Amino acid sequence: MAIDNEMVKQVAFLARLKVEDDKIEETKDEFNKILNWIEQLKEVDTSDIMPLVSVNDSSIPMREDTITDGNVKEAVLKNAPMQEFGYFAVPKVVE
Amino acid sequence: MTYTIKTEKNEWEIVCGLEIHCQIISKSKIFSGASTEFGDDANVNVSFIDAGMPGMLPVLNKECVKQAVKTGLGLNAQINKHSVFSRKNYFYPDQPNGYQITQYEYPIVGKGAVKIDLSDGTSKEIGITRIHIEQDAAKSIHDLNPKKSYIDFNRAGVGLMEIVTEPDFRSPEEAGAFLRKLRSIVRYLGTCDGNMDEGSMRCDASISVRLKGEQKMRERAEVKNVNSVKFAMQAIENEAKRQVEIYEQGGTIEQQTRQFDQTTGQTKFLRLKEYADDYRYFPEPDLPPLYLTDEYIENIKKEMVELPDAKKDRFIKDYALTAYDADILTESRQTADFFEQAAKGHDGKKVANWILGDLFANLNANKLTLEQSPITPEMIGELVDLIAKNVISGKIAKDVFVYMWENPKMPSQIVEEKGLKQVTDTGAIEAVIDSVLAQNPDNVAAYKAGKVNLFGFFVGQVMKASKGAANPQMVNEILKKKLG
Amino acid sequence: MTDLIKLTVSEALKGLKSRQFSAVELTKAYIKQMEEGRKYNAYVVETTEQALEQAKLSDEHYTNGTNRALEGIPLGVKDLFCTKGIQTTACSHILDNFVPQYESTVTQNLLNNGSVFLGKLNMDEFAMGSSTETSYYKPAVNPYSKDKLLVPGGSSGGSAAAVCANMCAAATGTDTGGSIRQPASFCGITGIKPTYGRCSRWGIIAYASSLDQAGPMTKDVRDAAIMLKCMAGYDPKDSTSANIEVPDFEKVLGQDIKGLKIGIPKEYRSDGLNKEVASYWDKAAEMFKLRGAEIVEISLPHTKYALPTYYIIAPAETSSNLARYDGIRYGLRINGEKADDLYINTRTKGFGAEVKRRIMIGTYVLSAGYYDAYYIKAQKVRRLIKQDFEKAFEKCDLILTPTSPFSAFEIGDKSMNENPINMYLNDVFTVSVNLAGLPALSLPIGLDSKGLPLGMQLIGRAFDEETIFKAGYALEEDVAFKRK
Repeated sequence: MAIDNEMVKQVAFLARLKVEDDKIEETKDEFNKILNWIEQLKEVDTSDIMPLVSVNDSSIPMREDTITDGNVKEAVLKNAPMQEFGYFAVPKVVE
Repeated sequence: MTYTIKTEKNEWEIVCGLEIHCQIISKSKIFSGASTEFGDDANVNVSFIDAGMPGMLPVLNKECVKQAVKTGLGLNAQINKHSVFSRKNYFYPDQPNGYQITQYEYPIVGKGAVKIDLSDGTSKEIGITRIHIEQDAAKSIHDLNPKKSYIDFNRAGVGLMEIVTEPDFRSPEEAGAFLRKLRSIVRYLGTCDGNMDEGSMRCDASISVRLKGEQKMRERAEVKNVNSVKFAMQAIENEAKRQVEIYEQGGTIEQQTRQFDQTTGQTKFLRLKEYADDYRYFPEPDLPPLYLTDEYIENIKKEMVELPDAKKDRFIKDYALTAYDADILTESRQTADFFEQAAKGHDGKKVANWILGDLFANLNANKLTLEQSPITPEMIGELVDLIAKNVISGKIAKDVFVYMWENPKMPSQIVEEKGLKQVTDTGAIEAVIDSVLAQNPDNVAAYKAGKVNLFGFFVGQVMKASKGAANPQMVNEILKKKLG
Repeated sequence: MTDLIKLTVSEALKGLKSRQFSAVELTKAYIKQMEEGRKYNAYVVETTEQALEQAKLSDEHYTNGTNRALEGIPLGVKDLFCTKGIQTTACSHILDNFVPQYESTVTQNLLNNGSVFLGKLNMDEFAMGSSTETSYYKPAVNPYSKDKLLVPGGSSGGSAAAVCANMCAAATGTDTGGSIRQPASFCGITGIKPTYGRCSRWGIIAYASSLDQAGPMTKDVRDAAIMLKCMAGYDPKDSTSANIEVPDFEKVLGQDIKGLKIGIPKEYRSDGLNKEVASYWDKAAEMFKLRGAEIVEISLPHTKYALPTYYIIAPAETSSNLARYDGIRYGLRINGEKADDLYINTRTKGFGAEVKRRIMIGTYVLSAGYYDAYYIKAQKVRRLIKQDFEKAFEKCDLILTPTSPFSAFEIGDKSMNENPINMYLNDVFTVSVNLAGLPALSLPIGLDSKGLPLGMQLIGRAFDEETIFKAGYALEEDVAFKRK
């Protein structure tokens, strides 16, 4: 499943990364090299095998519905590169 | 009643499915211990988890699971004993982690069905595809600064149930009836407050049209965030019409996302479904799968309250109500409880009439909810009793009701204090009648001469003279006798 | 005084308890060594003032007799652990100036046990790499370097270099595909990756959630046992944390290993295996045999697929885990006209090449149309790899393999840097263990002809670190490796 330049751009956008135009070719080649390598997995017969998400297959632990957290506004905002009026500020989002 | 859009050439049918996001009622968020309260200062009810800080991990809130199971049972749906949380990946400023924890391939609730009643007296079953639980996003505030949006994470991480229906709706009315029914059910269950205008219940509609008789589905448009039942109906109607117009002009519809404009009632284009919508779902590695036992589900079943459909049937049977009255009385659990409390030991049908009539009219006129009503169920029950026992007449009862509204007391007390007790003493009534007849000799003569419609005049005069306290039936009988 | 820094944790604890020296003296000795060892670039943040404060408190504890398990022991912390009030960047530009307002569970456990933190240790950016060359703060240097600068391995390369050069008594590391064991091997120290779930992941910056696991990097096996006991434990804040009692690992040290079955996986001995590595491997097996252990050949047939499997699963998870770095709530922010520009500018500038490569591969393998072929396939192979181990452990109690196929290479090594896959091959012997969630220890076996350390790996059954420690301690005794 070789990928092309267009795919490189699409994947980069999905990941919100920019690949400079003069790097696309190179990125694509590198990508295909890695993909070729991981495609060794095709050799493996996995027909009756269930996917393994995590080695921990026990049931999810659950917490009681009590308020134990929050009320740390200052700490939450502490590292904000831009905050105004107690909000995180971003460029205008229009929808 | 089949709803279609008729044009000169064709007859079109609507195919619509709904996705409803219901905020789960719980004290703390679905994956953090921060409070779910709103209205507080921005970014207060936010934990480091809700703010997507590095290294933070989610821990599932028991209550949210229980609420979803309850809702599933309330929608007659399959509860899945094995479900899995997944990540839905997308970038948006209100999504702190760059992904939403939701359920994808294995939701907690599977197929179900909800019966809706339509205005023509028919009913219809709407299929529930699934319910999954997930986290809400933060809120963006756009009107504080022309160049910036502000993000408040108070809402981020509040539990949501996303209820997905089959594309079973063929008219705006059906969708409206379903939304009202769903709202009523979640409110009964106490799993969501159902307030669409406050955003605790939000609806997206998937709308397409097809020629009547056509089997396949055409491309659909998804209309986002329609925040009232009325708007949902409007959005479906107008979006369907828009699509019909495009088809009739030879155009095609592309799968797209649209937004409802409250001011125009129309939908407007947002974006095409494309590569950007590739959410790259995968199982959430921070959360093991959720397994529920039969015992757990059975225990929740035992806790289930009587739901509107069952209650309605029972009201019709036990209280001899009309389907219409029973429907209104069971729409909310509060109303139903009020009614049942009032009807206890009294004539249910009459109690219903008082509630649906005078009480609701007064509440509406004063913009009050039932919880704010000055009149208690016991007052209504006693009022109905006083009439039944001939203590007061229906007419006086209306006055008693007004007194009660203004100065909440038990009706018997009002009747006592104001001396409104109906006179049932034959002698006393005869005395009043005699004096009325004596004062109107001309009319008596005219009546006897054949002007029988004067009978009403005499009744009126007697009632007036008794200040309304005379038992009208007795007045009738005695008058008839006296006038011969 | 210089001798103090050469003491192991257990030796230092003895000296502190018997008041041969104070915690402040011990800490000062390490601070002096840190200054002398700056050429190794092991620390990215030094917190010497706080360390002295902590040491002073530790001395009080000793005076009061309230000393705890690691009272006054100066440790280095990998920069992947969030430390409250101390800059934590995962050695990435994108987390510039990030100061967590919370303490990771593992480091909190260490603090609760009385340890002293000297600073934050260099690593590959977000733990992605095998050499620390992807660190935003330039690579750490292997203290075994002579004329040319060698890598300390990675990703926990700063930790390995610091322990090796006696710039801390012990350090924390994390291991997703070999990130504790490979640098331990390169720097001639001991490191254990415990069973997945043994140490809480809460507060550790996530790379690949289903694989990440914290562990100690120490001067010897006893220290590893002491440190792990203090770091591990069930944490309700991490839903994947194991609710299993943590044994006193130190107790098993010195126990007889007679009759222990030690498996040698045939698939690890390829024709291309480095001769020196192979001969040390044989030597280690021989040593076990002499102690009465039984050497058995085992098969892990899917070994060859472990790396490709890892390079689907880890990037997939990381593409999602690293989506939160968007310039909005913390870290680097490069502004842009629209929100998407803000994201793209910040992320393009903030992430290094290897991290971006893995994010893009992960994004691709999760995207629509490729998910089944890559991600699901990898998860199925992951199960096969886990089953390989389960079958192998029917025949043996422990598996012995080399840790790394070679010794430390030069910083800037051409073949490693030209082709990412060559760098990935560093983990060829370690990565299966992470996929199967098993515990594994690396300890030094000797020096190669270049005078560089090589490590041996002992892999145990899930939650059976005790057998590893028991055997590791025995092997360590026989090897008698001379530490720096």
